[in-house]
Amino acid sequence: MPSASSSPAASTDALTEDWRNGGFGLYVHWPFCESKCPYCDFNSHVARFIDHDRWEAAYLLELERYATLTPGRVLDSIFFGGGTPSLMRPDTVGRVIEKARALWPASNSMEVTLEANPSSVEAGRFAGFSDAGVNRISMGIQSLNDNDLRALGRLHSVAEARAAFDIARDRFERVSFDLIYARQGQSVEAWRTELREALSMAVDHLSLYQLTIEEGTAFGERHERGLLRGLPEDDDAAEMYFATQGICDAAGLPAYEVSNHAGEGAESRHNLIYWRYGDYVGIGPGAHGRITLNGQRHAVENPRAPGAWLDRVGQGDPASWEPLAPEDTATEFLMMGLRLREGIDPARYEGLAGSPIDPEGLAYVADLGMIEQEQGRLRVSEQGRPVLNAVIRELLAR
Amino acid sequence: MTDLAHIRNFSIVAHIDHGKSTLADRLIQLTGTVAERDMKDQLLDAMDIERERGITIKANTVRIEYPAKDGHTYVLNLIDTPGHVDFAYEVARSMQAVEGSLLVVDATQGVEAQTLANVYTAIDADHEIVPVLNKVDLPAAEPERVKEQIEDVIGIDASQACLISAKTGVGIPDVLEAIVTRLPPPDEGDRNKPLKAMLVDSKYDQYLGVIVIVRIIDGTLKKGDRIRMMKTGGTYDVDDVGVYRPAMTAVKELGPGEIGYLNASIKQVRDTRVGDTITHEKKPCAEPLPGFKPSVPVVFCGLFPVDTSEFEDMRDAIEKLALNDASFTYEMETSAALGFGFRCGFLGLLHLEVIRDRIEREYNIELITTAPSVIYHVYMKDGEKRDLHNPADMPDMTYVEHIEEPRIKATIMVPDEYLGDVLKLCQDRRGIQLDLTYVGGRAMAVYDLPLNEVVFDFYDRLKSVTKGYASFDYELIGYREDRLVKMQVLVNDEPVDALSMMVHRDRAEMRGRAMCEKLKDLIPRHMFKIPIQAAIGGKVIARETLSALRKDVTAKCYGGDASRKRKLLDKQKAGKKKMRQFGKVEIPQEAFISALKMDT
Repeated sequence: MPSASSSPAASTDALTEDWRNGGFGLYVHWPFCESKCPYCDFNSHVARFIDHDRWEAAYLLELERYATLTPGRVLDSIFFGGGTPSLMRPDTVGRVIEKARALWPASNSMEVTLEANPSSVEAGRFAGFSDAGVNRISMGIQSLNDNDLRALGRLHSVAEARAAFDIARDRFERVSFDLIYARQGQSVEAWRTELREALSMAVDHLSLYQLTIEEGTAFGERHERGLLRGLPEDDDAAEMYFATQGICDAAGLPAYEVSNHAGEGAESRHNLIYWRYGDYVGIGPGAHGRITLNGQRHAVENPRAPGAWLDRVGQGDPASWEPLAPEDTATEFLMMGLRLREGIDPARYEGLAGSPIDPEGLAYVADLGMIEQEQGRLRVSEQGRPVLNAVIRELLAR
Repeated sequence: MTDLAHIRNFSIVAHIDHGKSTLADRLIQLTGTVAERDMKDQLLDAMDIERERGITIKANTVRIEYPAKDGHTYVLNLIDTPGHVDFAYEVARSMQAVEGSLLVVDATQGVEAQTLANVYTAIDADHEIVPVLNKVDLPAAEPERVKEQIEDVIGIDASQACLISAKTGVGIPDVLEAIVTRLPPPDEGDRNKPLKAMLVDSKYDQYLGVIVIVRIIDGTLKKGDRIRMMKTGGTYDVDDVGVYRPAMTAVKELGPGEIGYLNASIKQVRDTRVGDTITHEKKPCAEPLPGFKPSVPVVFCGLFPVDTSEFEDMRDAIEKLALNDASFTYEMETSAALGFGFRCGFLGLLHLEVIRDRIEREYNIELITTAPSVIYHVYMKDGEKRDLHNPADMPDMTYVEHIEEPRIKATIMVPDEYLGDVLKLCQDRRGIQLDLTYVGGRAMAVYDLPLNEVVFDFYDRLKSVTKGYASFDYELIGYREDRLVKMQVLVNDEPVDALSMMVHRDRAEMRGRAMCEKLKDLIPRHMFKIPIQAAIGGKVIARETLSALRKDVTAKCYGGDASRKRKLLDKQKAGKKKMRQFGKVEIPQEAFISALKMDT
């Protein structure tokens, strides 16, 4: 682990360091859920007993350690993710926010997001989270169809979700929710209807994810055994994606990122830090960070097992630090940045990689109409975004 | 030097898996030629590929000393010959170097096509032949039926056949006794005449250089002699002569009737041609041995390194292999699609596979193999005749008078129940039936087939339609005119030279369709739709469209974990190296072979 003394923050270089283009954020990972959803490959665990005091102490200790490494940085965002962070005690959330504000200067409009399940139990704690300083809620509604919610292993009903949403609207400045599409048995038409219904709720931000079957999940295993029936064909799933774009555009919630839709100014500032390749501190089991020290960017990764992480906190640094080679940072910048409608500044790529984007690859995808270059920005076109992986591969893999 | 009367030189004729190598092992073992602790299976097959496939590629020889029942000790020289049709000439020369053969037939299987070809070669060489029925210990053995078959099909007396089990050792002493009593000693040679010796085979040894296996006809050969190869003209000083027991053992001299090796600081195998006559430079023999012919490649294909940066390594590998194999030819080839590589000529398909395997294994270079092709004779309207080795070089049809293709006579032996499928396969491949006979539950079909229909996957198909029960052998029978055209494949309107092939006009549509369908499955979807066409001249005869990739973007990037995605990209970069770019389209290397396989 790099020591604090080796990182004098105020070198002249530090003012022009690349991460400043993306900002600085804090991610807090709460790894526990009431139950494990069959599609989820995130670092989430179901535990019978949780020592909330010990977790809180660990988070606070970690915050102090990271603050020593990155003194004076202006914090743009705090994000409580999981797992199910709405299962955290509101006062733990409050102390983490309070501590972060004490350790780093906060930007005027610092965003503090918490991911929440839309069940009645959790909705009952929304007041507490709001009082603790959370100003944005991201709700895992996932579907507006009770049968599908059960198939997805969710514990809430549509009625509960709507009720929780209304409470959230009252309590928080900003509310977003997630929906999953291309579910088993779902038709393109059913998705259109469901999406319009979602847009009719007074929402300013939506995350719309296509269901992907991941290895190591219950769905993954069922899929392998041929038991996961009724998944839409690739072409239908693509159709749903295109329908999503049209419907959201018409509703004034265009995609500012592949799967994220927002009205003007309602974008998730936290996620923008990732996509604009800023620096972020990640605390908690399995949390990732990108931290620049003395001009060198590091990939920081915490142990995934909750117990392992908890045990290591206070015994030095629980995370592994990997200095990223210039081409790796450039690759990450490109692959994150091109997810955004705003695209990237090619000069930043060149600054990171030490050489411009391969002109041959650029010409190849430009020729196909997959990218657009104007006003010093490079962005993926409407038709290029759904095949972004292929576009990136062409830009990088020559 | 051994008295001629006490020498027996012989070879073993057998089909693959009928027990030739095992029998050789037993003969070596029983006579105490090799210490028990040094015994390993297939002692004579030196190369990994030989051991693995149970085939012999290089001739080997071993000297066995056998005290016979008559009280004399005999010197038995076994030449283990290659058994495969690709090496028919080498087999024939090896046969010329001995006077008798053991015909080994699996008593559970009976005579196979390959056995036939080799036994006829032995008969042509005036051999005395002792039939040996192997695996008689197995419950499925039918020695009486197989004896009958040998008499019917081959036409030699099988009543005195030795019944053995090479595996258990049963009957081996009878075989040794039969070699001495039933095979003739070498013809009278004169040790006082000028040296006349046949070059049986040669191989490269990394420590000793080229080792030459010789059979002495007249005269003597010893260390210090200055020798001349009568065909290639090279002269060498003999450093060493000896015999294999099977380890190399130096002897003072080799005399008439004997088989052994010589070592004369010869740098490359290319300088030693199988069948050449070796004599003394100062006092040469009057006439070389008859029947020498240089080996001529009949099957050609392009070999390219998968990783284009390995071209120089590949050149090095090919040159080294060529040192040890005079029968394979190579010349540099540039393909728009595949980059730099070599167009190589082989004696046959097995030979092709052996060389390719050796480059891949011994030199660790992954290869792309283009469609095997044969030599077409292209007669131009201006009277010129061109040899076409590569379909990519096919001249414009408007200047072509006609094209001839090589034909083979194929002999296929197959159990009755599969005969229908075999006949259909031959028919589909433009075969003309020459003969069809039955011998006790097995059919023997003889077909006149175009070689180009056989070079690619005929043998694989034959094996699969007969569940492995058919045996197959062929010989070239000459050239014949037919309606042949060059079929081109266009991917996204770009011609892909490596997929060009010569086809019969009547089969072009079918082949073109099959090819386009295959390619459609083999090429990954791109960001745009890709037309895949087969064409003759400018005329498209088949077409498929590979639809565009619609959506591949990852829905969600988990909590700032960019590393996982980046590592995935790195993996894809490595995968991309194995693709070949044609215009805007990338074609995976396996497509070049898979697309050409026919399912009919």
